[in-house]
Amino acid sequence: METKIKPFKNLGLFFLLSILSVLFIAPIIIVLINSFKGQFYISDAPFSLPNALTFAGTENYLNGIERTNFFTAFFYSLFITVGSVLLLTLGASMTSWYLARTKSRFSSFLYYLFVFSMIVPFQMVMFTMSKIANTLRLDNPVGIILIYLGFGAGLSIFIFSGFVKSIPREIEEAAVVDGCNPITLFFSVIFPILRPTAITVAILNTMWIWNDYLLPYLVIGNDYKTIPIAIQYLQGGYGARDMGALMAMLVLAIIPIIVFYLFCQKYIIKGVVAGAVKG
Amino acid sequence: MHKHLNRYFGLFALPTLIAFSVAFLIPFLLGIYLSFTEFTTVSDASFVGFSNYILAFTENSNFLNALWFTVKFSFVTIITVNLFAFLLALALTKKIRGRNLFRAVFFMPNLIGGIVLGYIWQVIINGILLFWGADITQNSTYGFWGLVVLTNWQMIGYMMVIFIAGINNIPPQLIEAAKIDGAKPSQILFKITLPLTMPAFTICSFLTLTNSFKLFDQNLALTAGAPARQTAMLSLDIYNTFYGKIGSEGVGQAKGVVFFLLVAGLAALQLYLTKSREVDG
Repeated sequence: METKIKPFKNLGLFFLLSILSVLFIAPIIIVLINSFKGQFYISDAPFSLPNALTFAGTENYLNGIERTNFFTAFFYSLFITVGSVLLLTLGASMTSWYLARTKSRFSSFLYYLFVFSMIVPFQMVMFTMSKIANTLRLDNPVGIILIYLGFGAGLSIFIFSGFVKSIPREIEEAAVVDGCNPITLFFSVIFPILRPTAITVAILNTMWIWNDYLLPYLVIGNDYKTIPIAIQYLQGGYGARDMGALMAMLVLAIIPIIVFYLFCQKYIIKGVVAGAVKG
Repeated sequence: MHKHLNRYFGLFALPTLIAFSVAFLIPFLLGIYLSFTEFTTVSDASFVGFSNYILAFTENSNFLNALWFTVKFSFVTIITVNLFAFLLALALTKKIRGRNLFRAVFFMPNLIGGIVLGYIWQVIINGILLFWGADITQNSTYGFWGLVVLTNWQMIGYMMVIFIAGINNIPPQLIEAAKIDGAKPSQILFKITLPLTMPAFTICSFLTLTNSFKLFDQNLALTAGAPARQTAMLSLDIYNTFYGKIGSEGVGQAKGVVFFLLVAGLAALQLYLTKSREVDG
């Protein structure tokens, strides 16, 4: 079989990269190995393989799942991420198109206001935002989706706007002549054109919201624990924690991310490049 | 038609605008106001002028320590992350077996959340320090370099992807022509590849800088500031000020405003540098 790449080309570099790859994966493998060791054998010898004495089977996993309510946390994480990403993609694309096509001072003022929010660090607004969320009774898994819509709108609108401007006006005018009103125009003409951008925006927001810790912790953390919150609670006081359960929960937290990565790798890489160049 | 569109404000823009006001705009404005007051529950605020800002810097040395730690940390990570990411990008734009797999592996840590990353590295760094009978919480130097290693592991792959896009954008004819003219590989690197990937360097440097400046989850999980708040970065110090002691919320909010001004300054600098380069080019 012939391949474009000759097998012996850059062999030294190939070996160097192979060693680096192993080093890159090693931290995850070490956590995986330790998740099968008894909790008192982890801190003392984290780099040894389990033996007859230290092997704990699935004990850490059962312990961890029970103590963190892992499946409930997984459900909250999934619900909040999917809900927020869907609403953000829809809301931000509609707003971007509206702001780009209504050329008024108010529209461009709103656009710059949204873009401005991107540079404000979370610590500046975290206290007041969580107080307001509390007062308005948004401190539940549905309410927090609205918070994410508001907080993520800046970056999403910024990315969408760059592409909305490149849509030829003739297409829109033709659709209007054919009898489209703004609603049918947006959903049957504009949004399909924006689909690749919508995927980018959705991927970027998924990566952010799934892993987000502080915002959900402050808004709903007492009653509804997402995966990062559940893991942080498991840690408890330094020294008193169950290392075995912690290792097992780290593994369970990583698995969904790896599955997501395997299925969406192409889009994720594209999203990163688009998001970075735009942001 | 587009005059017509104004009537659809309520459907297209209003829902996002309401959420934006609740989650960002009102908290932001309220935050600025509260930084000039003393309060514990927002409704009991009383005006105190600039005293929160003065207290933020003088009450104790926590904020200045955190600022200095953050600056040192960002300085080191900008250099290391960009250097390693660029070298990997150079290697992975050559014809090499399995380069897509390599790229995928190096990028993967970026998808893992900060809390999980922090605990993964806590186990590993404590395991290594164990050979000297030490622990990451004993010395701020351990915490500093632990955070540097963690951040490199997380961000190198991300920056590598941006560098790869930058290198792939270089017209191949340029390099072909240089080769025909007898340019050495080092000349091609320094005279063609590096200058033409400068925009990627600007993007990656500022991404590393702002990410490092705003780092929170990793800091909380890896050291939580130990020993004695010495490894607390700006975000963690602001968090500790708000939620660590009742009565210092005003000081926490003042620190938040200062933090915002710092990050906004960095963003303005980036915008200026990017724009001036676009005009030049």
